[in-house]
Amino acid sequence: MSDLFKINIDGKEIEVPKSYTLMQACEEAGAEIPRFCYHERLSVAGNCRMCLVEWEGAPKPIASCAQNVGDMRPNRDGSAPNIRTKGPYVEKARNGVMEFLLINHPLDCPICDQGGECDLQDQAVAYGRAGSRYEENKRAVEDKNMGPLVKTIMTRCIQCTRCVRFVAEVGGVEEIGMISRGESAEITTYLEKNLTSELSGNVIDLCPVGALTSKPYAFNARPWELRKTSSIDVMDAMGASIRVDAKGDGVMRIMPEVHEDINEEWLSDKSRFVWDGLARQRLDKPYVRVDGRLKPATWAEAFAAVNTALSKPAERIGVVAGDLIEVEQAKAALDLFRSLGVQNTDCRPAGAKYGTDGVREHYILNPTLAGVEEADALLLVGVNPRVEAAVWNARIRKTWLWADLKVALVGEAADLTYDYTHLGNSADALAKAETAEFLKGAKRPMIVLGEGALLHEEGDAVLAAAIKLANETGAIADDWAGFGVLHNAAGRVGALDVGFVPVEGGRATADILGGGMETIVLLGADEVDLSKTSAATVIYVGSHGDAGASRADIILPAATYTEMAATFVNTEGRVQVTSKAVQPKGEAREGWAIFRALSDVMGKTLPYDTVDALREGLRENEVFAGIGYAPGAAGAEALKAVPEAAGSLSSAPFKPVIGDFYLTNPIARASKTMAECSALATALDTPVAAE
Amino acid sequence: MALRRFDLEAGGDTFAFKPETEEKIAFWRGKYPADKQRSAVIPMLWLAQKDNNGWLSEPAMREVADRLEMPYIRVYEVATFYTMFRLQPVGKFHVQLCGTTPCQLRGAEKLKEVCQKEIGDIMYVTDDGRLSWEEVECLGACVNAPMVQINDDYYEDLTPESLSQILGKLKNGVEVQPGPQIDRVNSAPEGGATTLTDPSLFDGSKNSISTLPNLPSATPAEAEAAGKPDAAPPTNTKREEPTAGKTTLIDGKKKDGEE
Repeated sequence: MSDLFKINIDGKEIEVPKSYTLMQACEEAGAEIPRFCYHERLSVAGNCRMCLVEWEGAPKPIASCAQNVGDMRPNRDGSAPNIRTKGPYVEKARNGVMEFLLINHPLDCPICDQGGECDLQDQAVAYGRAGSRYEENKRAVEDKNMGPLVKTIMTRCIQCTRCVRFVAEVGGVEEIGMISRGESAEITTYLEKNLTSELSGNVIDLCPVGALTSKPYAFNARPWELRKTSSIDVMDAMGASIRVDAKGDGVMRIMPEVHEDINEEWLSDKSRFVWDGLARQRLDKPYVRVDGRLKPATWAEAFAAVNTALSKPAERIGVVAGDLIEVEQAKAALDLFRSLGVQNTDCRPAGAKYGTDGVREHYILNPTLAGVEEADALLLVGVNPRVEAAVWNARIRKTWLWADLKVALVGEAADLTYDYTHLGNSADALAKAETAEFLKGAKRPMIVLGEGALLHEEGDAVLAAAIKLANETGAIADDWAGFGVLHNAAGRVGALDVGFVPVEGGRATADILGGGMETIVLLGADEVDLSKTSAATVIYVGSHGDAGASRADIILPAATYTEMAATFVNTEGRVQVTSKAVQPKGEAREGWAIFRALSDVMGKTLPYDTVDALREGLRENEVFAGIGYAPGAAGAEALKAVPEAAGSLSSAPFKPVIGDFYLTNPIARASKTMAECSALATALDTPVAAE
Repeated sequence: MALRRFDLEAGGDTFAFKPETEEKIAFWRGKYPADKQRSAVIPMLWLAQKDNNGWLSEPAMREVADRLEMPYIRVYEVATFYTMFRLQPVGKFHVQLCGTTPCQLRGAEKLKEVCQKEIGDIMYVTDDGRLSWEEVECLGACVNAPMVQINDDYYEDLTPESLSQILGKLKNGVEVQPGPQIDRVNSAPEGGATTLTDPSLFDGSKNSISTLPNLPSATPAEAEAAGKPDAAPPTNTKREEPTAGKTTLIDGKKKDGEE
């Protein structure tokens, strides 16, 4: 039997796989099928009836989303079945459905946040009646609480159940449901509790009407007055594709864009709702500490102060790059400090042991984010993907749910929304027989190390042991590189790629901040222990007034990711560039420009005047030669050599690297929305999702 | 239908199944394989409702969810979907009054007035905690309309007076006889049978009938004599012609044997 099926759609005969739904077949033939409940990444519900088409000979219109092509039969004469997606029959059917949907739908489009980007509105125009024949009272539904992110106006709900299916299938927490029935049916969380999913914001995008809208964005703007800029998210190391919607010089909201290899079409709540943090606590002018107090200064004054601070002996100067550093800034800063002879440069604020052996494959996620869909056994080591890369966690769950993926965890047990074998909580579990056993039967085993696994003294040994294990269990093959590191900071891989690590006996973060330095430069590094730096002059280059800035003696204000075209390398080693959506705040400047200007003041002028010239230099490193490309299995060859490492695998437990999912970086900590989410999540016993 | 919400206050914080219910729970759960235990949710909710004085409290629902390892929202969906799961307290005797067409035609409206007067509003529990009532859709006893269901029993053929009397007795703890409240056995005609009353039907004497009166006549001449038109017989013409003496459709013995 052939796997293809001939079908005649609007007079055009096409052949489609039998696994297709009729809707997919119609779209293949170029027909547009309206829909509300159907969503290609969710299970089929078939309850909105908007996708009706005519199947010649069938007694009734067919809901094309729920009709499998493989279940269809040819006509009696053996010719392909005739489907019509247009014509009076279909139009009448859809018109009737539309009328029923609108019967109880309020006519409050002028005050509805969905207005202008509403499926119901658009389809009512395209398929609905001109007027209403309904004279009875419309039904009204109580609004529900769903937490600080999702605003509900439930009277608008058309019961498509997309949100119910999303949180259950993708989010992995069964929290939304449809209660009662018939006219009383309502969408709600259980007793109106808050949603605990870290992907809950996606229900706002999924809702085809204005029933679930964004609470922080409520009544802020209309979609047609927003300036939309495609960009890259930096809240985690995935580098999800986003669209930054801005009005004037303010970011109004952040939406996901489709990127099949990274975020599919989801976005974590942190990435989506962090935007109010972009306008708060901003460093908008340089500051210099005078008599113990930070005083506003001009750039010239600040540079003069920096010049003095950096005229100390080079071995007494330390530079720490933070989580959100962009490649251009890292490159410019590194060029400047190297020319000053500074060797104490580090981009690993937490002190993870990677990036020093010169092998790129040892610190990127070689199997790629999408690669997990090919894997059939996944070993997570010292990582909680649910908080370190929430959207990727949904992909793991998807593969676990719909395909044959087994998951095992070495690390602190947590609710990951899928079942896993817990093999232990310390590095020595890597050497256990059952760990090797777990991977050995698999065709495509995958080992993912988190930063938590590499923080220990013997982080090198863990890395070596994991690569050794990967080689022994067949995770490294010619077309499969089943070993990788999942980062949690957007700037980390890029900074490692430009070589922002100590050289020639230079000191790492812990030593730089451990006293003994005369001058410390923090490039947006806030998540570090600054308690022992009292003897040093601290220069902070960054965008937000956070821990680093409050300790700093000199502050140089920098732009954030929405305010510049900056290069970030995601955890897969994929080079991506953000776009400038709004102007930098006040006198803030792009990071590379600050160091270019500073180099002039210090008489060590950097050899580039524009960001393009800087990137030209970057491209000498072949890593930056192409954009949007993840090396993936190309790294397999490099992983076949097992690095040597001193030290042994200890039984000290791995510690989680992210304490609070919502407050991992200065932008998130400046956001009121994130603070509210964090407070509510902390009020629960566990940080994310009980049960 | 009014909004259905848990009475959280009356539900308290805890619920436990009665020890004797465990056996029934095991029975229902035993019907489903280990990975499909959630199929038992409806019988489990029903047992929980029975053990909770006739209504399903929020802790009772959670207990069911915990036992079946289901998310609360999924059980909540079931409990709110089926109106026989009552989410608010009911009296010791809960009256479900049928208000669907046959009962309505036979005077259910009057019964509602009685309930309203004797008990109060729908779902209101009397101060002594003994009575409450609600209107429900057809309970399938239309023959004996109008009727009510009180706890597990049907009370049929009601009049406002007899319902009032029943409610009064229940209130005062006097025993009441369920079933038809008039002179009738089950659903048999009022005042006794009105058809099939001829005793000869049952003594076997009719066995001698050899032809049925409405079968096609043996000869056209007879039909003519009887004044019937000469037309094709109205019955199935392909049927075998009945042989005289053999057609005994009413066969007393066979009938008895079947029953």
